[in-house]
Amino acid sequence: MDDLVLARSLFGTTMGFHIIFATLGVGLPLMILVAELIYQKTKDDHYAIMAKRWTKAQAVLLGVAIPTGTIAGTQLALLWPGFMEVIGRVMSLPFQIEIYAFFVEALFMSIYVYAADRLSPAMRIVAVFFVLVGAAASAVLITNVHAFEGTPAGFKILNGKITDVDPWAAFFNPSFFITAGHVVLSAFMTGAFIVASVAAYKMIRTRKKERVYRFHRKALLLALTIGGIFSLLTALNGHESAQMLYEYQPEKLAGAEGLFETRSHAPLAIGGFTDPNEEKVKWAIEIPWALSFLAANRFDTVVKGLNAFPRDEWPPLFIHTLFNAMVGVGMLLILYSIIGVVWRKVLKKDRFPTWLLIIFMTAGPFSLIGIEFGWIFACTGRQPWVIYHLLKTSDVVTTTGSIGVLFLFFTFVYAVLGAAVVYVLLYYFRKHPVDEDLNTAES
Amino acid sequence: MEISTDALIAISIIWGFVFIYAVMATMDFGAGFWSMIYLNKEHMKATDIANRFLSPTWEVTNVFIVAIVVALFSFFPGATFVLGTVLLIPGSMILLLLAIRSGFLVFSNTAKERKTLRYISGISGFIIPAILILVLPVTHGGFIEKTDGIYNLNMSKIFSSPNAYSFIGFAILSTLFLSSLLLADFSNVAEEQDAYRAYRKSALITGPISLLFAVCIMVTMRNEANWLYSGMMNDFSWIIASFITFVIAGIALFLPNKSFGQNIGKPRLALVAIGIQYFLASYAYGRAHLPYMIYPDVTVMSGFTEPATFRALFATYIVAFIILFPGFFFFWKMFMRDKRYIRQEE
Repeated sequence: MDDLVLARSLFGTTMGFHIIFATLGVGLPLMILVAELIYQKTKDDHYAIMAKRWTKAQAVLLGVAIPTGTIAGTQLALLWPGFMEVIGRVMSLPFQIEIYAFFVEALFMSIYVYAADRLSPAMRIVAVFFVLVGAAASAVLITNVHAFEGTPAGFKILNGKITDVDPWAAFFNPSFFITAGHVVLSAFMTGAFIVASVAAYKMIRTRKKERVYRFHRKALLLALTIGGIFSLLTALNGHESAQMLYEYQPEKLAGAEGLFETRSHAPLAIGGFTDPNEEKVKWAIEIPWALSFLAANRFDTVVKGLNAFPRDEWPPLFIHTLFNAMVGVGMLLILYSIIGVVWRKVLKKDRFPTWLLIIFMTAGPFSLIGIEFGWIFACTGRQPWVIYHLLKTSDVVTTTGSIGVLFLFFTFVYAVLGAAVVYVLLYYFRKHPVDEDLNTAES
Repeated sequence: MEISTDALIAISIIWGFVFIYAVMATMDFGAGFWSMIYLNKEHMKATDIANRFLSPTWEVTNVFIVAIVVALFSFFPGATFVLGTVLLIPGSMILLLLAIRSGFLVFSNTAKERKTLRYISGISGFIIPAILILVLPVTHGGFIEKTDGIYNLNMSKIFSSPNAYSFIGFAILSTLFLSSLLLADFSNVAEEQDAYRAYRKSALITGPISLLFAVCIMVTMRNEANWLYSGMMNDFSWIIASFITFVIAGIALFLPNKSFGQNIGKPRLALVAIGIQYFLASYAYGRAHLPYMIYPDVTVMSGFTEPATFRALFATYIVAFIILFPGFFFFWKMFMRDKRYIRQEE
């Protein structure tokens, strides 16, 4: 394997691992804030206990989120020195501002966790609010660099030299708001559905203990409500993202939809696999005219196909599958939320059947799969470019070599950290069951 | 060579970050080390004291290393290109150790295998400064080779360089020295007599040895990076001033202490004096290092970013300082000033 493939594998593994913890690091603070607010309003101890337990989980997850984030940031300069030289000249603002957001998050996270007993209720809410602001802002700003790679702005390259640099034009590049919005909304959704999964599992286990069951049912309902709201918003924003691709990165849209011939009244292919030899998506369900309509709200919209681009600039064709899986997950999760809320609030049922809870248990893992597929789609779909139509990934990779060994080392450390974090969480929550917290609250 | 004001501001900001991180990180890594050493002497509370400092601060400290990396490629993309290329292997080693260290530090507060985890985080934290400091001699020249326009780091040359070993020794001893001094001050405020005595004693032993390594650095630098050595010697007054503050700190540790129990020493005064000492010494070093970022290929001017980008970045620094300062102040008040936290009163 050549250095490019190895460097992409290493960086992809880093991001794929980091993104799990980064996403939860944005999603969980929202859940904690909502629980704190409900507690202050209703004085129902259950919500205070939820906030406390989720905070503990968040503190443990940060033990992986922070070092892997540090790795990701530094690896950019180590593996892609040519890319970071351009970023340094043109697009360093989001990185720089992210540092400030990072400080806000770190300062207030420590204050919220280690000084909680010395804070007034209002200050606790202010502290957790700043944790959320810091985390969400970090996500927005880092995603902005990704947005810039797809829709570069604010500079020109003349004879290999960078000129006419306008850093704020680069910062507010065309896809900034839509792309960053997509990432933050889906992170809020994922944080909520992970909570839903745990709550559903616990409800199955505590069917005979009414008090604990009620606690987990409240958590499930809260999580499904928040998750439902944000999966709906993610879907609406996702539609905008696709229209953005139509306008700015047509070959990526063509790859995502498996469209080869440029045409109006283009059909939407759902499912199936893109076959480059027959130039079509095999075993897909086709909805006539739908792609044209989705791309720009008119059936006679002309959508460019892959054949309109030189073959060596095509994105990999498997992104059609990733794209479909991501959208499918989003739709499924909206359905989960509707079912859960209707069951409890409209049908007024106290108990959830086990089969339904088992389905709800899949909500968290499905969200994470959606996040992973979405990111892989977004990043591999931009290949062979690292900065769209300006700079190729193969031109910016490090010349140092020996990346294969590093790839093994990093993968090993991620595996150790991943296993350790699961073990520590299980150990802690087994040793401190909800029952204990409920007893303390009641006495 | 003329250095523009913009580049001078930028390199000063980076120098400031490096200084803050160096001090905070040595305290952070050292505290992890001491919390491991005193693990089996529970009655001394020395481990408790170290963890009480470490728990809320490590995240904030960690942000500074990211801040250095970001400031470096934002302000000096040219230098980052060279450093990023040659530091792939050592940089990756630091990152791996940092990941293990932070992860296990957090886990050790929660999990059952507290001791094992603390040993892993203590030992890995102790090695990090030793590797991290090697970035400095690498920028002094002599270790980076350029063949066919491709930069390469000569590792065997580093590991046979007395200067590099002096830096390693200095990093390790400084880590132990600064952290024991800080924790001595912390235990003084917490009124933990046994812990105070242990940390004061460690500071008295590690302080002179770290100074000895600093002398070794200068002696070996004379051969290996003469341009830097003569630059520092031209401004000898900074080094004298730095030595005086070191002596003041030493005296402070023997002054009478009236705050509690039967102790001697004023750890707060010693800590402040040592902070000033490191500030003066690193200022002398940084000043003599100019205009080179990486000798002799990259200067502050040749690696500098676009003027428009610099102005935008600088504006954000000012806004961020105004916004973040109250946050830092509040943080400091909650954990470094509040005796309820330091003494863990119920």
